[in-house]
Amino acid sequence: MRRVAVIGVGHSRFGDRQDVNVKELAFESVKPALEDAGLTPKDIPYVTVGSIGVWYEEPLPAVAIAEYCGLTGAGLVRVEAACATGSAAVYSAYTAIASGAVDLALVVGVEKMREVDTSLAVELIGRAGSYLWEFEYFGMTFPSYYALYATAYMNRYGATEEDLALVAVKNHKYAALNPLAHLQKEISVEDVLSSYMISWPLKLYDCSPITDGSAALVLASEEKVRELRVDTPVWIAGVGYSSGSSTLSQRSDFLGLDAAVKASQMAYRIAGVRPDQIDSANVHDCFTIAELLAYEDLGFCRRGEGVKMIRDGETEIGGRIPVNVDGGLKAKGHPIGATGVSMIVEQTKQLREEVKPSARQAPMKNYIALTHNVGGTGHYCYVTVLKR
Amino acid sequence: MSGLPVIKSRKLEITYNIPISKTVRFWEGLKEGKILATRCRNCGKLHFPPAADCSQCYSSDMEWVELSGEGRLVTYTHVIVRPKSFQEEQPYTVGIAELKEGVKVLAWLTDVKRKDIKIGMELKMVPKQLPDGRIAYVFKPLTTRE
Repeated sequence: MRRVAVIGVGHSRFGDRQDVNVKELAFESVKPALEDAGLTPKDIPYVTVGSIGVWYEEPLPAVAIAEYCGLTGAGLVRVEAACATGSAAVYSAYTAIASGAVDLALVVGVEKMREVDTSLAVELIGRAGSYLWEFEYFGMTFPSYYALYATAYMNRYGATEEDLALVAVKNHKYAALNPLAHLQKEISVEDVLSSYMISWPLKLYDCSPITDGSAALVLASEEKVRELRVDTPVWIAGVGYSSGSSTLSQRSDFLGLDAAVKASQMAYRIAGVRPDQIDSANVHDCFTIAELLAYEDLGFCRRGEGVKMIRDGETEIGGRIPVNVDGGLKAKGHPIGATGVSMIVEQTKQLREEVKPSARQAPMKNYIALTHNVGGTGHYCYVTVLKR
Repeated sequence: MSGLPVIKSRKLEITYNIPISKTVRFWEGLKEGKILATRCRNCGKLHFPPAADCSQCYSSDMEWVELSGEGRLVTYTHVIVRPKSFQEEQPYTVGIAELKEGVKVLAWLTDVKRKDIKIGMELKMVPKQLPDGRIAYVFKPLTTRE
């Protein structure tokens, strides 16, 4: 396997983007990614597009986006791994380069979720699991699936609704500093607790918003990095992956995501790093409970100690491992196909030490960063370790 | 929606005809008041949801077995904000229970006040006729037998 680096990043503004269609939205991240890499569309032989679709009009988004961005003719594929779609698209491009098949690839993650009304979006995401056995008669929603974990976790470890709220407060604090975030405002614990109930015990502010957005990356082989004289390549040091049962009922317990444990152990082994060496991380905080589970599944702390990490501010800048200091899914927003790509855009900028404003820059000691991208409710998981 | 200019697309309505030929015995069982699962005659694995093929040993030699329906609550949630096709329902409680036979099942938890729900409480899984004539299943507290 050849080494592969991120050499270009691009990111649209996340939010309610009814000012653009899916192609125009993708263009907003493809253009800066190519410019960052110093390349043109003609240089790109292979493109992976991460998008779930169904909530916007184009059934073949990859070809529509490729035409709009002048990429027609390149090798093209659309990737799906639920909310881990973005990371799966990155992995697909990564393997194409690592195998020697191509020297350059473009990854586009994009989602346009607000062209349908909210209750239909809730329905479409709720169907994503085991349709016949958990949706047809029982009307599960995405918050409900994670609420099953929250109830079990709180019952087992004595975590409270206030503890969950601390995750939202932290991530909103950083989103307020991120001009590309969907919800750029600080909130208080009281705001979270008084927001309306979505699926007990999760309330509105425990949930990531329904967001439109895109993010893009240019990946290159080591030979290409040298040929292009890239200043600060960020290397993909290891990718781990795993999956979980489609029916939630078949999970061994509701205190962590097995797929995330397996994916992270695989990523650490391939990259040759330990959790305590990570300078900055993006974890999959689609709901506040999910961030606490992530701390534990990734080995940032022991089982049941995720609550202590958030209470003690260990995942803020200045803490042991800054997590989601771009606002996370919770407040930056969660345009499903874009999320995993957006995480790697953020960590590439963290490793290049070019995050603005500097209040959002995590201090770098080892120049190692991590992204943890979960699809569905632990149905898929990709963990990616990056090094400068 | 924002006030920005848009073109409203053509309307599309989708209904899937979900095949159940290989597990139709389960749906017949519900009508008889029974909760059925499949067990692999080759390796003995018990399957719920019932499966026609064994994911463990790849045998397709399955038998139907009746479950007690009795089990304990593992976790639960109250679904307040509901999907579009559940808008007419009142908020509902969904639980996962582990049955005596060792399989876990997700279903609505009914006939119990929210404040009386406790993880670990004993439940019984029973067939339930839906208003539209179809049949499904729910959990009830074990003490409130019909």
